Amino acid sequence: MMTETYTKPLPEINSENKPYWDGLSESRLMLQRCAECGKIRHYPRPVCDACWSMKVEWVQASGLATIHSWTICHHPFLPAFKADLPYALATVDLEEEVRLNAQLRGIDPTTLRIGMPVRIGFEHVTDAISLPVIVSPT
Amino acid sequence: MSLREKVAVSGIGETEYMRGTDRTALSLQMEASLSAIADAGLSPRDIDGIIPYGLGAVAEDFITNFGIADLRFSATTPMGGASAVASIQAAMAAINSGLCNHVLLSLGRTGYSGGRIGTRVAQMPQFRIQADYEMPLGAIAPAQLYAAMARRHMEVYGTTSRHLAEIAVTTRRHALMNRNATMTRPLTVEDHQTSRMISDPFRLYDCSLESDGAAAVVISRSDMARDLARRPIYIMAAGEGHPDSPSTITQRPDLTRLGIAKCAPRVFAQAGITHADIDVAEIYDCFTYIVLCQLEDLGFCKKGEGGPFVMDGNIGLSGKLPINTHGGLLSQAHMAGMNHIVELTRQLRGEAGAAQIRGAEIGLVTGFGDMGDGAMAIMRRG
Repeated sequence: MMTETYTKPLPEINSENKPYWDGLSESRLMLQRCAECGKIRHYPRPVCDACWSMKVEWVQASGLATIHSWTICHHPFLPAFKADLPYALATVDLEEEVRLNAQLRGIDPTTLRIGMPVRIGFEHVTDAISLPVIVSPT
Repeated sequence: MSLREKVAVSGIGETEYMRGTDRTALSLQMEASLSAIADAGLSPRDIDGIIPYGLGAVAEDFITNFGIADLRFSATTPMGGASAVASIQAAMAAINSGLCNHVLLSLGRTGYSGGRIGTRVAQMPQFRIQADYEMPLGAIAPAQLYAAMARRHMEVYGTTSRHLAEIAVTTRRHALMNRNATMTRPLTVEDHQTSRMISDPFRLYDCSLESDGAAAVVISRSDMARDLARRPIYIMAAGEGHPDSPSTITQRPDLTRLGIAKCAPRVFAQAGITHADIDVAEIYDCFTYIVLCQLEDLGFCKKGEGGPFVMDGNIGLSGKLPINTHGGLLSQAHMAGMNHIVELTRQLRGEAGAAQIRGAEIGLVTGFGDMGDGAMAIMRRG
């Protein structure tokens, strides 16, 4: 997809969240893990809330998840999303015990149930940015 | 030191609420503020503390427009829709520490004629995580973010859209009794159930209005309020509560528990009353579901029982807990809850017109904002 035609919001990438975005571009979901106590956290942030260490390492998530909740969007709050309507946004529990929010792909939203197994996929939306999506586990 | 009843609402003011204006938010805000100050029987120069809503006029605007010689206290409480009610606690703390005597809470906005919600939230610093990690996915507006909380509640507890409709319809009925409500036509359950889907499970009539206007409140030291123009409405207790994972709903351990669940027990304890003592409640209603969830988190019913609780007229004017007697954000105007404080004051003064709850002596007002911040105050007729 051409970057210059992409009109949806994009993240601000900095030195601290870059591994997350780089990972998505390589079709890998990377999560922060505290280098002291091992607690995994998301979204990326500077301090571990369990031990207050600022030492961080990055680990690749399995990509396996289950449905926690969802919504189906019918109204374009930004014009850039109008062509996508309706689209489903799901909140999923990752195997690593943090959550992720992403759009559904290839799953009928009327079949969604709490606990339903899903998997994380990837979509490359600009040269620099890829986004996670929720796909069927098989 | 107990802060119980050390401060009181001494004045209230609001502009006409509109959907469409060529006036600026600043001008509207000054009008409502002057009105609240006049209601209290004060001069604008008597105001020595100001807590403006986070977006809009800043303290300097009031100094400039009112000619205040020595403003002694200013602060903001950036909690989105919880800001107005949270500023009651901040005013209480400032007055009781001796910093100032009369604190103006003021909000003005052109939410209909100016920037709409889809573009507005991305600019707020408390939405930074949202802006980086979820807005790119299409999770832009509160309707989309809160819908996942409501869906979880429905799946876990069996709450239905019909329950939410009851809140919308009851609130509209109250708005029709209010001359300063922007919604002027009746709303039926069928209207709600057939209205277009915004972000499932939220239909159009589950969502609050976008409005133009302003509202303001003056909080004064109680011993001074007793000598002012109006019957003081005492603040029995006030507080704020922040949810787990306050910056992103996605990571919250329990999606159905809001920040107000944390402050409700301590505020009721500070006030020294029980839920049965509340005669009227103005519950922040940016979405129908947020009302239902707060009623549970406040302890009016158990978690999961908010749906049945709102049915059977329980939240109507003659119900066991009359709520949003002015029409709320759903049907009066979206003044981010400042209008809820104004209405509760009117109810406790006995000046709420057709929607007056007879004999109302003790009332509750709540705020809800951002990703789940909560604030509340319990007030008593002086």
